[in-house]
Amino acid sequence: MAKERTAVIGVGQTKYASTRGDVSMAGLLREAAQRALDSAHKTWSDIDAVVMGKAPDFFEGVMMPEIYLAEALGCVGKPIMRVHTAGSVGGSTACVAASMVQSRVHSTVLTIAWEKQSESNAMWALSLPQPFTTSVNAGAGGYFSPIMRRYMAMSNAPELIGCLVAFKDRQQALKNPYAHLHQPDLTFEQVVESPMLWDPIRYSETCPSSDGACAMVLTDEAGGDAHDGPVAWVAGTAMRSESNSYGGRNMVSPAASEQCADDVFAQAGIHDRRAEIDAVEMYVPFSWYEPMWLESLGFAEKGKGWQLVESGATKLEGGDLPVNCSGGVLSSNAIGASGMIRFAEAALQVMGEAGEHQVDGARTAFGHAYGGGAQYFAMWIVAKDK
Amino acid sequence: MPEEVLQAPLVLEYPFTRTTGPVVGRFLTGLRERVVLGVKRADGTVMCPPLEYDPANASALDEMVEVGQSGVVVSWSWGGPRREQQPFDQPVAWALIQLDGTDTPMLHAVLVGGPEQMSTGMRVQIKWREEREGHITDICGFVPESDETGPKASATVDLDSVEAVESVRTPIRLNYSYTPGRALSEYLYAMKDKRIIGDRCGDTGQVFVPPRGVSPVAGKATTGMVDLPDVGYVESFNITRVPIAARPDLQPPYCSAWIVLDGASVGFMGLVINCELESVRLGMRVRAVWKPDEELGISATNILGWEPTGEPDEVIADIERIGRVGAQQTRRGAERGGVDSQQRGAL
Repeated sequence: MAKERTAVIGVGQTKYASTRGDVSMAGLLREAAQRALDSAHKTWSDIDAVVMGKAPDFFEGVMMPEIYLAEALGCVGKPIMRVHTAGSVGGSTACVAASMVQSRVHSTVLTIAWEKQSESNAMWALSLPQPFTTSVNAGAGGYFSPIMRRYMAMSNAPELIGCLVAFKDRQQALKNPYAHLHQPDLTFEQVVESPMLWDPIRYSETCPSSDGACAMVLTDEAGGDAHDGPVAWVAGTAMRSESNSYGGRNMVSPAASEQCADDVFAQAGIHDRRAEIDAVEMYVPFSWYEPMWLESLGFAEKGKGWQLVESGATKLEGGDLPVNCSGGVLSSNAIGASGMIRFAEAALQVMGEAGEHQVDGARTAFGHAYGGGAQYFAMWIVAKDK
Repeated sequence: MPEEVLQAPLVLEYPFTRTTGPVVGRFLTGLRERVVLGVKRADGTVMCPPLEYDPANASALDEMVEVGQSGVVVSWSWGGPRREQQPFDQPVAWALIQLDGTDTPMLHAVLVGGPEQMSTGMRVQIKWREEREGHITDICGFVPESDETGPKASATVDLDSVEAVESVRTPIRLNYSYTPGRALSEYLYAMKDKRIIGDRCGDTGQVFVPPRGVSPVAGKATTGMVDLPDVGYVESFNITRVPIAARPDLQPPYCSAWIVLDGASVGFMGLVINCELESVRLGMRVRAVWKPDEELGISATNILGWEPTGEPDEVIADIERIGRVGAQQTRRGAERGGVDSQQRGAL
């Protein structure tokens, strides 16, 4: 029996900000969830189940927050489930929510992901002490920067490709009212001259630390057909994971990433990835991950991803493969939500609802998330047509 | 295995901030002013402590009403001996207390001498803390209503005219007993003798360091320990200008690198030291810098870092070469002519 066709009929986001001191964690989620319900023309009683995700509990210090959040999300008396795949969790959560509809377990599902980073310090949570040894690298930047240096060496990419990505995403964020970083006066030279934090990664090539939540309402084929408003049809979802250390592991383009991409593109019947995808929202927390993922995901040949960046192909203005028109993770990073924001922004593009950062005529869009030591992957493809 | 599996205490603590939002913030502001507030639901019932959203129908709640400071014990259990992290200086009963004018009970402590003084249905009243800050601990606990507890709160304070509570500090401390397990324990004991050991996957021949007991490629237990030299090369690196909270001794900038030992199939992170940071490069040969013998312990910290050996660089252009062909086949840079100049120029 074929899967139930699944539609995104509602998207809701909060404004991303370094501190949302005006709302509790429940209030933050509620804001995104209510906006998703409103855009789906649904009420709490229309929701059959809630699937939620966030990064590890240490990021805020609330153990199992999904339990405390049940009332705020109208979950009392309904199934509630939390997905947990580190930084990719927002994407995985959307995939699990979609599977609830695709499998006909539920008709209409609310899915939501969030982080309230201001309540803690992610760098602390990522660098917990361990007896018998000591820390030798600082946070995610300390872990990923050597991998980016490997890519730079392997591809012979010009040194400032990363700065081009960072500048592009910050420019595009100006068109997204929800983006955390709005830096209208930022110049490319300022990106280049910003201090090296994890050489070869500059301050301006790293993501901010944000509070925020993102939610979507997914429904079945009948619900999608009946919806009085724009719809994004789910054309494929895939998840893969791998060990973060084994002999022969390609840390620049992990096997799990390539396999996950092959799976999701095959589901959507896409053969020429660059030509057939109109908008890409991928997880780029550090600038160089744009060309790295372009290659790993098959949008560019190995070693050539940086050429797409350099040519402007990934820009909203004039590019044929616009990447992170929303400003991406480099402009808003509510960690647990970041993957779902990618998925939701892909949906907004094919719904024609992306506002100032809309890609004209977008019919097929790609959403992507990764997490852990680049070891968890979640992807989906959404389309304007069923 | 000759030695015991290691174990050590591990304490994780952090002073988290909790943003209260308007409803809980108002409740906590009230406590600071010795006023107890509940929240009214659409059906007229009152919940205390207040919730932001109605558990029955998910509607947002914001109508705060003052409730009584005495109430009835709905249920209780004796808390047993006082525990260190509890904010009480005596043993307590944990009780569900329904305050007058509310429809839901609040969990709090009843401060009595023993369980024989507790009963379901007994009336209790709040004992306020002298110094209040807008926190649930502003209530010391509850005492039997007949006891002397000082003046009851005046409800005359205007909560709109006082500073609102918007966030609370919630320091958290977790005490773990950490064990690195058998494989890593063996590795740590070997460190005391300035030896580095890894373990081998019986199916693929891959060698993991530090050893992990299970092969991530075969999914089976590893088949034995392997002694590795304390020399290898830099697979990649960064130069970090960000401090590490747990390493006040480590002043930025410093070089964090993936080090691949000769004979190992995987790299691990270490610090490159005793050289100019600008001279660190992919493929640079390095050796371990050990602590002085008299300072050696059962610890990975015995290796202070990794310093250049001065040997010709390793050729590592083919990233998937490592491990796939087995570590012993890795060819030394001297045989290949070193990292080509164009590649180095890109760095």
